[in-house]
Amino acid sequence: MNTRPSLFSLTFSLPLLIWQLAFFLFPLAFLVALSFWTVRNFQMQPDFDTVNWVKIYSRSVFWDAYFRTLLLASASAVLISLTAFPASYAISFKLGENAKRWMIFVLIIPFFTSYLVRVYSLQVFLSDAGILNAFLGYLGLGPYSMLNNSFGTLTGYATLCLPLVILLQVFSLNFVNRDLVEAAHNMRCGRLRTVLEVIIPSAKAGLVIAGLFAFILSFGDFVSPLYLGGGNPPTLSIMITDITKSGQQWPRAAVVALTMIATLLTVAFAAIKFAYREAGK
Amino acid sequence: MTGNRNPLINGLLKLHITLCLIFIFTPIAGSFVFSLNSDRFPSLPLGSFSTEWYRLIWEDPLVWAGFFNTLLVGACVAAIATLLGFGGAYTDFRYKFFGKPVYLALALLPPTIPVVIMGLAMLAFLSRVSLSGNVISVIIAHGVMCSPFAMAIIRLRLSQMDPDLEAAAWNLGGNEWVTMRHVIIPFTKPAIYAALFITMAVSFDEFAVAWFVSGLNETLPVKVLGFLQGQVSPRINAIGSLAFVSSISFIVIAQILMRNPESKPS
Repeated sequence: MNTRPSLFSLTFSLPLLIWQLAFFLFPLAFLVALSFWTVRNFQMQPDFDTVNWVKIYSRSVFWDAYFRTLLLASASAVLISLTAFPASYAISFKLGENAKRWMIFVLIIPFFTSYLVRVYSLQVFLSDAGILNAFLGYLGLGPYSMLNNSFGTLTGYATLCLPLVILLQVFSLNFVNRDLVEAAHNMRCGRLRTVLEVIIPSAKAGLVIAGLFAFILSFGDFVSPLYLGGGNPPTLSIMITDITKSGQQWPRAAVVALTMIATLLTVAFAAIKFAYREAGK
Repeated sequence: MTGNRNPLINGLLKLHITLCLIFIFTPIAGSFVFSLNSDRFPSLPLGSFSTEWYRLIWEDPLVWAGFFNTLLVGACVAAIATLLGFGGAYTDFRYKFFGKPVYLALALLPPTIPVVIMGLAMLAFLSRVSLSGNVISVIIAHGVMCSPFAMAIIRLRLSQMDPDLEAAAWNLGGNEWVTMRHVIIPFTKPAIYAALFITMAVSFDEFAVAWFVSGLNETLPVKVLGFLQGQVSPRINAIGSLAFVSSISFIVIAQILMRNPESKPS
């Protein structure tokens, strides 16, 4: 088209670009600079000192938190993907068009409820004298400790991610060529084998992306590990909120945040590469 | 559609869907029930019916202040995010240019960045330029986070438009500005309204970044986070139930506007 952008085109394209550069990219880039600043007498000052990186990386508390967060987020991605898949498969392959549309609508509703309120409500369900334990008590079971441990954290992650993962899986399963499935059946391929060898490989990209989203959301969430997991020992995101809210050590929080971003980028690239790798290699 | 139907397996699959839905919606329904319950720590059997928690939030001036902040932020964010999103969607629809993938990445990536990191980055940056700790900082941050949603909604609508429509308007002598005003904007109007309401709903529920940057001018969700950190209080449920009802009203209005029959593509 035209080589020189017109006033008209700039009027529409530039505001978003400027806004996201100034208030999204620039603040993230500023974190990098901030991580080299120093704090003296409770005042941050521009500097180029690696002291924050050394301080954070030499603490075993940080590495414990790092690997715990990584483990929790990975477990969350795998468990939620596995829980979601039978539901997504059934929605995509077993329901009629109308029921499918309704199901998608119903699964969108949770996005417009407050995650905080849901977590608070879960506290009431999961606490030692809570609703779930009282109910199990009627059946002669329990009480089980479901709050302030990894079970609580993972339950919270699932509340956050499950609707999104089901939706993303359904969208990718909807793109699976139905003729392939039919062909597999005609060739006497069993039901489970069809799912494992025809449906999952052809929806692989979407399924991996759905798992990736669960990982990203769980990795960065601080509400579930804090209010359902007890917050002690902390995850990386709890560390960031603690450091930021308790004083002027923002440069150290920036180090933790940058480490998280690097980890997320690595995981995301690996997952996307895996997702779009040619089948059979 | 498929050859082998096994009622047992299909039944189990449907049971699994039901269990997933129960898991997802029990906390939401629970919060409604608890908000109308007299117990501070509800358990089985449930206590008696009570509107006490609603009365408490009604009488709390801080909740009202938070509510007005939320409303103000939501309205500004909706307008800003929709304007920015419209520009981005139209740019993507109409133009091919060098660096377009970068442009799109920059426009659409914010929701994938963890909110704690966004919050920290925003706080550090905005306090440097003396914009933190007030309502404007929340509006700026939410503008970043909500414009991708507006852009996606409007882009979806633009993709339903016949690309020749715009060219036809030019051939009929309308310049780009006139065509924008009389062809593109009327066509995307339902999506524009939908984007306004959806971005407002997103801003209404966002608490993490707002918590980092808002300082003393808390929005309602930040207030809720405060309640959650302090003593246990079912006021959270009352606020949550009201917020849910208003969010859902926004969505339903957006849905109705999206379905506006007179602007449906033929």
